[in-house]
Amino acid sequence: MNSIAAEQVKTLKISIYRYDPDVGAKPYMQTMDIDIPKDKDIMVLDALQLAKEADPTISFRRSCREGVCGSDGMNINGKNGLGCITPLSEAVRGNKLELRPLPGLPVVKDLIVDMTQFVDQYKKVQPYLITDKENDGKEIPQTIEDRDKLDGLYECIMCGCCSTACPSFWWNPDKFLGPAALLQAYRFISDSRDVATEERLDQLEDAFSVFRCHGIMNCVSVCPKGLNPNKAINEIKKMLIKRAV
Amino acid sequence: MAMNGKGYLDASNLPVKEFDGIIVGGGGSGLMAGLQLAQSGMNTAVVSKVFPTRSHTVSAQGGITCAIASADPNDDWRWHMYDTVKGSDFIGDQDSIEYMCQEGPATVFELENMGLPFSRTEEGKIYQRAFGGQSKDYGKGGQAERTCAAADRTGHALLHTLYQANIKAGTNFLSEWFAVDLVLNDSNQVTGVIAFEIESGEAYFLKAKATVLATGGAGRIYKSTTNALINTGDGTGMALRAGLAVQDMEMWQFHPTGIHGAGTLVTEGCRGEGGYLINKDGERFMERYAPNAKDLASRDVVARAMMLEIIEGRGCGPDKDHCFLKLDHLGADLLHKRLPGITELSKTFAGIDPADHPIPVVPTCHYAMGGIPTNVHGQVLTQQTDGSDKVVEGLYAAGEAACVSVHGGNRLGGNSLLDLVVFGRSAGLHIEDSFKQGIGISDPTNENINDALKNINRVNSSQDGENSSTIKKDLQEVMQLSFGVFRSAKNMEAGIEEINMIRERTENLYLADKSSKFNTARVEALELLNLLEVAEATAICANERKESRGAHSRDDYPERDDENWLKHSIYFKETKEVSKRDVNFRPKIVQAFQPFARTY
Repeated sequence: MNSIAAEQVKTLKISIYRYDPDVGAKPYMQTMDIDIPKDKDIMVLDALQLAKEADPTISFRRSCREGVCGSDGMNINGKNGLGCITPLSEAVRGNKLELRPLPGLPVVKDLIVDMTQFVDQYKKVQPYLITDKENDGKEIPQTIEDRDKLDGLYECIMCGCCSTACPSFWWNPDKFLGPAALLQAYRFISDSRDVATEERLDQLEDAFSVFRCHGIMNCVSVCPKGLNPNKAINEIKKMLIKRAV
Repeated sequence: MAMNGKGYLDASNLPVKEFDGIIVGGGGSGLMAGLQLAQSGMNTAVVSKVFPTRSHTVSAQGGITCAIASADPNDDWRWHMYDTVKGSDFIGDQDSIEYMCQEGPATVFELENMGLPFSRTEEGKIYQRAFGGQSKDYGKGGQAERTCAAADRTGHALLHTLYQANIKAGTNFLSEWFAVDLVLNDSNQVTGVIAFEIESGEAYFLKAKATVLATGGAGRIYKSTTNALINTGDGTGMALRAGLAVQDMEMWQFHPTGIHGAGTLVTEGCRGEGGYLINKDGERFMERYAPNAKDLASRDVVARAMMLEIIEGRGCGPDKDHCFLKLDHLGADLLHKRLPGITELSKTFAGIDPADHPIPVVPTCHYAMGGIPTNVHGQVLTQQTDGSDKVVEGLYAAGEAACVSVHGGNRLGGNSLLDLVVFGRSAGLHIEDSFKQGIGISDPTNENINDALKNINRVNSSQDGENSSTIKKDLQEVMQLSFGVFRSAKNMEAGIEEINMIRERTENLYLADKSSKFNTARVEALELLNLLEVAEATAICANERKESRGAHSRDDYPERDDENWLKHSIYFKETKEVSKRDVNFRPKIVQAFQPFARTY
């Protein structure tokens, strides 16, 4: 954002969750007025950058600023989303913008959460292709129809918006894998090239890993990529049940 | 050692972590090198300032260009090589281009075997689309379909697949660690880097027998760029401060289709799928500039044509300052299937659905063809006073940070992803081999380490002065104005003057926030110092190359000058002088391609 001439701006009241581990004091909400363009919609991330120009100590993650890297997942006026692709026109209510870290994960500083638990759950599902193919310098053939089965699954950007919007994940973040990891599990189960479906299902077959999902659907409503982890979870549940009977 | 308050870091009490090899950067080339080394069983770490999947490789869209002969069974890597040499405007090194084009297919199939969800053909093979500058039969057989694609999310699919493969291989990640400077010993061997863990603010000497700079591009030297906010040329800055050479820094690619106003990328694959550019009169103007390839001429050619349309008053919009990319004739089905990401981005950043409306686009800074010079094994080279190359022991570079040089004066679309994986791998292979044979890197002295701490100590101890964000904005403004698509001596000289003043201001760079934990202000201050080095190198090299070649276009020297400038430019920070280096015309298998007039 460039500095803007006074007549072209309006004021936005932005309220940002602050926590400084160096000080260790209680977290608080810092509220400030920032100038934003009057006739142009900007993104939440742009507004946050403006706030950081006024107070450089505000910390948040950001990288691609176009919704593909998954860095800037945050809670925007009560709803998880990516700052970089959420326009103020969509987010702001009553000229107020309240930004908090993704809920349910330990806060490192300000809007930055510790993603370790989230990534650990991802790693548990063996998020890589398992094949018995010899390396013969050729591709593994896949039909267009089989490849289509991966659409809606492989696009996950690991922003964490879904899992941190999920009450089941809040409750059992160590035992329930959460929507992001389960979407990934189903991405490999669905891949015609993968030979480890049974092994993958074995690992998911307990009371918590999958079955703690109660279909609350927060994951679906917050996913910034429009993915549907709930559907993937239901497919896994069906496979597990079919196997059991 | 935690950075807190104004305290100095000192070698005498700086903790050391020791590895066989470290890789700075967790994008495509870093993860490829990391995978190679992890599989070899070496004690390695990938050091990345962001969680690896946040790296900018994730934003690549259209594909990875490679002659896997899927779309055309007769396709030949030699044709790809010819196109790449021509695309480079003949200053790409032909030994490197040959290596990349020949090695490419095995690497692409390996990525597929790792799980990369490529789009598919009716026969179940990897889908390939048309991209700019790609021909059959050495330019004589018409447009080639050679760019392997996973819809328009190829970079995302590639980066996540590589991250996943690294999880499988058990690669050790130092995630959200910022590398500050290289540590050189008295023999000028590289012995590792100074780095700090961003979360804790703890600084370390990461000691290694081999260090790979895989730090990506530096597009944030420009105000308008497709690049991620993290693309600040950290490895290039480190190399320059260590007294090493950089090469062809004037060669910046302006991608024809960045979304007007936002700068976000719209893949060339749009034109590969049949989209085309129009001016305010609805004219498909590329037919005038490149009668054969039209919209699929190489990027430098298309970007200049667009700028000329705008300069001559045929731009679109109320300010006539952009062109339109027309896709609506392709139909919603094709857009949904092949270009879903573009549809999403257009809605978000241009407020239009490309199935109904053309996308407002403008040439936007996209890619650094230049960088840290290396050989095909990724070994970093520097230039000796007699003009000969010298390997910098212990140091490697790969990907956009490196200049190997496969792109020369202009990169072809889809060649960056191929460059990443091929040369990330080759660096890994060379390190593995060298390690088996035994690497003799002697320890640095405390004085050596303290030299590498100077920069961060200066920032940490700053008492007052100017904040990094205002200086950065001014730097980006200068680069945008004086070193864009069209350049002239007058503008560039004025730009260099301004950069001198900006450098003086950075002497007063002030880090107000001295806190230790997740201090992003500290990271941004250090990034600014890297941006400044890259920008200054770009400016001086651009002014020095007195010809027009590839992406470097001057109105005072409008012609290519093979007699004087069929050369790489080499730049050192210390002298701020530009020297020349021979381009490699000695491929191993094919006969070298000699320069000819470049038309599309």
